[in-house]
Amino acid sequence: MPPKTMFDKIWDAHVVHQESGAPSLIYIDLHLVHEVTSPQAFEGLRLAGREVRRPDLTVATVDHNTPTWELSRPVVDPISKRQLDALAVNLKDTGIAFYDRFSRNQGIVHVIGPDLGYTQPGMTVVCGDSHTSTHGALGCFALGIGTSEVEHVLATQTLRQFKPRTMEVRVKSPLPTGVEAKDLILGIIGQIGVNGGAGHVIEYTGEAVRSLSMDGRMTVCNMSIEGGARAGMIAPDETTFEYVRGRSFAPKGDDFEAAVDRWRKLPSDDGAVFDRQVVIDAASLEPFVTWGTNPGMVAKITDRVPDPASFQQPAEREAAQRALDYMALEPDTPIQDIAIDRVFIGACTNSRIEDLRAAAAVVKGKRVNNGVYAMVVPGSARVKEEAEEEGLHRIFADAGFDWRVAGCSMCLGMNPDVLQPGERCASTSNRNFENRQGKGGRTHLVSPPMAAAAAIAGHFVDIREWKTN
Amino acid sequence: MEPFTKLSGVAAPLDRVNVDTDQIIPAVHLKRIERTGYGQFLFGPLRFNADGEPNPDFILNHPSIQNPKFLVAGRNFGCGSSREHAPWALEDYGFRCIIAPSFADIFYNNCFQNGLLPVVLLEEQVAALMDKLKQQPGATLSVDLEAQRLWSDDGEFVFSFEVDPFRKRCLLDGLDDIGLTLLHEDKISDYERRMGVAG
Repeated sequence: MPPKTMFDKIWDAHVVHQESGAPSLIYIDLHLVHEVTSPQAFEGLRLAGREVRRPDLTVATVDHNTPTWELSRPVVDPISKRQLDALAVNLKDTGIAFYDRFSRNQGIVHVIGPDLGYTQPGMTVVCGDSHTSTHGALGCFALGIGTSEVEHVLATQTLRQFKPRTMEVRVKSPLPTGVEAKDLILGIIGQIGVNGGAGHVIEYTGEAVRSLSMDGRMTVCNMSIEGGARAGMIAPDETTFEYVRGRSFAPKGDDFEAAVDRWRKLPSDDGAVFDRQVVIDAASLEPFVTWGTNPGMVAKITDRVPDPASFQQPAEREAAQRALDYMALEPDTPIQDIAIDRVFIGACTNSRIEDLRAAAAVVKGKRVNNGVYAMVVPGSARVKEEAEEEGLHRIFADAGFDWRVAGCSMCLGMNPDVLQPGERCASTSNRNFENRQGKGGRTHLVSPPMAAAAAIAGHFVDIREWKTN
Repeated sequence: MEPFTKLSGVAAPLDRVNVDTDQIIPAVHLKRIERTGYGQFLFGPLRFNADGEPNPDFILNHPSIQNPKFLVAGRNFGCGSSREHAPWALEDYGFRCIIAPSFADIFYNNCFQNGLLPVVLLEEQVAALMDKLKQQPGATLSVDLEAQRLWSDDGEFVFSFEVDPFRKRCLLDGLDDIGLTLLHEDKISDYERRMGVAG
């Protein structure tokens, strides 16, 4: 047998039906559902008189709309409330596991899937959310889909897909000190561009990727979509197996050992051929800050805001100029001179326990700068619980951070957490698009330690020079 | 789904690259539970000033761009969020055909699910079309999906384009994907038995 990539192995194992000239029918092992992209899908099922084929392979929660204020306070936006209520009604009597706002298992879908042990190596995972790529960190083929496809998966437990091409992003040499998983993926997107991965599934390989923890791997895979890729994945190894072991919905005992034996066969074979290959030297990476309005517009912390005139292509030049106008930045401004108003630590990119630990270590014993409003939003109720057991919430609170309830929060501006027009935010989320965090808001994407340090200093600083207390 | 065969109408030039789905429809408008009614929010922050008045500089507010059916945009159109509200908003506004040098994958898929035709042309073809539409606002285009041909009604441009035969057939016939898949329900059940995942 010719050597295969991990993606090919997972794909081949999930083909239900194939005919020439048509997309393949792929079986879906795990379907995650949230309130925003599902109501029209359930309505479609009802209108057609169809049922959910595999409620046992479907898991639902609420995250995008939910306020992050204390649970005793109700949802006040009537349209949000209607959408949240609609999910509960749609799920009633279906047998689908549902973690509502008050559940101990509630959280951002891409945090709870792996955290509860639903996401496992070798699976196909879908969700009506582009950041489903996150789950690829465990060695899955995990992709975001539209609402029509959500309906298709609910009805058939399959997805129609043309087979994507494969792309290896190999990151050689170890990550330098102070350079986080977030910097790695921002550096990759800066290099390949925001559509560099279009039509491809990226497998991240190499020393820098191998040495990442699971939380770090999820940060990398999360932003695959920001590089335009269909999905991102990282081969499972001992780090993965130890992560999955003992989680609530993961196999137990002999079943777990048998599963690990299967999972060991997943990594790409020696000599497997990718359609494309990109090599990045981790030694060249530094902490990054985005300066523009897409995640490919990144600068090293030691660098300056670029001059649009320095871009070769007219379209790039115009896009850069428009970005600087929107961001209210002057060319050649040192990145470290950019002052901020808000700090958001959270989102499916960076709201896991290690992200919170790393940020807490930076702010311990310090105070948030006057004029900066900073908040920390754990990715799930369980992450929140774990952080509180470790006392992280007190470190944040003592430093002047607001400590919130789990949800998507200020990543996308559809719940009460939004930027005001003109406000500038250091954010650990994944998108710096115009108006993303609130109309007129200005977003700079950074790692959790960089966001934490910016909250204290009031402007961006090089985390490698940070003195902890 | 409404079949897509031929279309003629006004084309609007949106000369931007990497138009993300947050620009097409901001998340604040995704709270509704219906499939319809999103056209009023299309390109909201670009189309309207802070005071809610139409932004006269935005192309869809140009007096000559009335009821446009075609949108011509820069590369990587529809990147970012998977929200199907983006094609819903475009379609609800009246667009049926989007022309760009490239599209983001999920958005491209979502178009076909909603009877919206995304046409990929070469970068220089889109640039030429964009120039023409900017110079002659209100100019009209036509497309024939069966013939895979797109032209300007004054005859200046005629382009042929590629489209996957399966997706083309589904659009031409207005086929329902789920119905097609359920024709293979026995194969899904076979797969579940074979893999030991039967419910």
